[in-house]
Amino acid sequence: MAVIETTNLSRVYGMGEISVRALDGVNLSIERGEFVAVMGPSGSGKSTLMNILGCLDRPTEGRYILDSLDVSEMNRAQLAQIRNERIGFIFQSYNLLKKASALKNVMAPLLYDRKNNRTHEEKIAKAQKVLIAVGLEDRMEHEPTELSGGQQQRVAVARALVNDPAFILADEPTGNLDSQSGEEIMELMHELHQGGRTIVMVTHDALIAEHTERTIYLRDGRIERITKTGSGQAVKEGASESI
Amino acid sequence: MSLSEFIRLAWESISGNKLRSLLTMLGIIIGVASVIIMIGISAGTEAAIEEQITGLGSNLVFVTQNFSRGGADRFRQGGGLVYDDASAIADNVNGVVAVVVEQPSTESVRTGNVVLDGVVIQGSTADFPSVRDIEIDRGRYFTEQEVDRTQKVAVLGSSLAEELFGEATPIGQTVTVDNIKLTVIGVFEERGLVSGTDFDAQLYTPITVVFQKFTPSQFARFRGDRVRAIIVEVEGPEVVDGTIQQIELLLARRHDVTLDAADFGVTTQQDIIQTQEATTAAFRNLLAWVAGVSLIVGGIGIMNIMLVTVSERTREIGIRQSIGAAPNDIRWQFLTEAVVLSLAGGVIGVLVGVGGSILFGALSDMRTVVVTGSIVLAFTSAAVVGIFFGFYPANQASQLDPIEALRHE
Repeated sequence: MAVIETTNLSRVYGMGEISVRALDGVNLSIERGEFVAVMGPSGSGKSTLMNILGCLDRPTEGRYILDSLDVSEMNRAQLAQIRNERIGFIFQSYNLLKKASALKNVMAPLLYDRKNNRTHEEKIAKAQKVLIAVGLEDRMEHEPTELSGGQQQRVAVARALVNDPAFILADEPTGNLDSQSGEEIMELMHELHQGGRTIVMVTHDALIAEHTERTIYLRDGRIERITKTGSGQAVKEGASESI
Repeated sequence: MSLSEFIRLAWESISGNKLRSLLTMLGIIIGVASVIIMIGISAGTEAAIEEQITGLGSNLVFVTQNFSRGGADRFRQGGGLVYDDASAIADNVNGVVAVVVEQPSTESVRTGNVVLDGVVIQGSTADFPSVRDIEIDRGRYFTEQEVDRTQKVAVLGSSLAEELFGEATPIGQTVTVDNIKLTVIGVFEERGLVSGTDFDAQLYTPITVVFQKFTPSQFARFRGDRVRAIIVEVEGPEVVDGTIQQIELLLARRHDVTLDAADFGVTTQQDIIQTQEATTAAFRNLLAWVAGVSLIVGGIGIMNIMLVTVSERTREIGIRQSIGAAPNDIRWQFLTEAVVLSLAGGVIGVLVGVGGSILFGALSDMRTVVVTGSIVLAFTSAAVVGIFFGFYPANQASQLDPIEALRHE
């Protein structure tokens, strides 16, 4: 079953003659458990597509069905709830809360959770569990400035996972990392994929895209082509522990 | 997100930037403290005034001259209060305990080589100390017989006695008032300033002496000596109203005037207290407004800092939005922060205000009273100020576009 289903998705900035069609009729379907890369040169509509898929923005035209919910016409508060419950963001620059510990950062999405009535202690326990799963059991009380880039991105991954989202939306997750940390993060992505997670990763790096099963190429706001890629074979044996 | 989580979040942010938070709260602290101190001072003043007026003696009715309605004509025709009115009241009105007549004159007083100008010579009658509630310290007050016989005796207020005689004993000494020699027979205890009159600086002598020597009048031969005031002590508060009516009717008949055109006025201590209270209430309101303005200034300070905070923390707002914070969550976060900030300022302000009131009362002559209502008022205003001035920045924050906010450096 498709987690993401878009029909004729368009996004127009501005009005009248100076309007720009950043996305122009994108039809896209991403199945549950898929690991997909979105590639394209700058100005191709990559960011616009990511913003719409991430429910940070709404399409001007077309439909976006997320997890069998039509989110195209939702208001800001409803979109916020969708982001909270169904989308896990991983950003290039980590985007952690500066003055909060790793634990508090991972707990943050739980604070905005309107569905589960967890107590403060339950929230702590849940966040700890995810932090342990990404290998940060001894870094929970550290603030971002006390962590390496790779560790910060692991905190971000834990934060993306804590509300058990429908899919993970990663925007150049290795872009700010040295090659060693970058590989570790990609390994973590593979583990998540193996664990059954749906991942959409925006990148301009063809080598990184190789890690995924499918790559969607955008150009001038349209899908140029979709290719089968490496299908995540780089995963190590036994690393597929479910997170 | 629950309220306790918002408060926790607000507290983390406030305590994460202590100096700035303290400076932001300063306006509120000063505002709240000044509300409490200002109200404390005026309430203290009010209490002191009331105590003083009650200290004039209890259950008193004051009969004074009033030419405002009769006009100056009536004065020339010989209207106004006269000495005989006092005995008429004593004889004809029910519920009267004592009647005292007062007729002052201002003269220079001399003894040895001390000369004091502008001393109030208070002519009165024998019941003056008991009605005016003032104690004799040394010697005695003059008697009814001495008043009747126009005896040239004097009783001194405590500070007057000290100025005239210093450490020496005044009793038995002679003072010269406008060439009239009076023998000092007593000195009053210290009484202080009561409702604008300094009882300690006056010289007291039989009213007949004042009539004869200091305020002689040709008119006195026809209708009697004019007096400034007649003070009537009544049995108790419950008879005051009845007594006033009787006095008014009696005097109107004696003076041959209608009540509407009376050449005298009758007031009670209660009237005087109410007049004074009206004055201090106006004073208190003024102070409260001044303090209120400083609270508003404090609120503007909070708004200013909250706007800076929102723009500094745009990235944080974007992050929170991306992980699921709705506009309302962001609005509440910053509103809670502003309110916690002003309430914390309010708590400190209350402590400073209460401490300041007590200290001010201890260090100055003024009396201060910490009014519980003022604490509630000041604290509530601080909260209202926080909500009012916190709303705009919080609303700004909630309207930020998540994509823009995430891009913000």
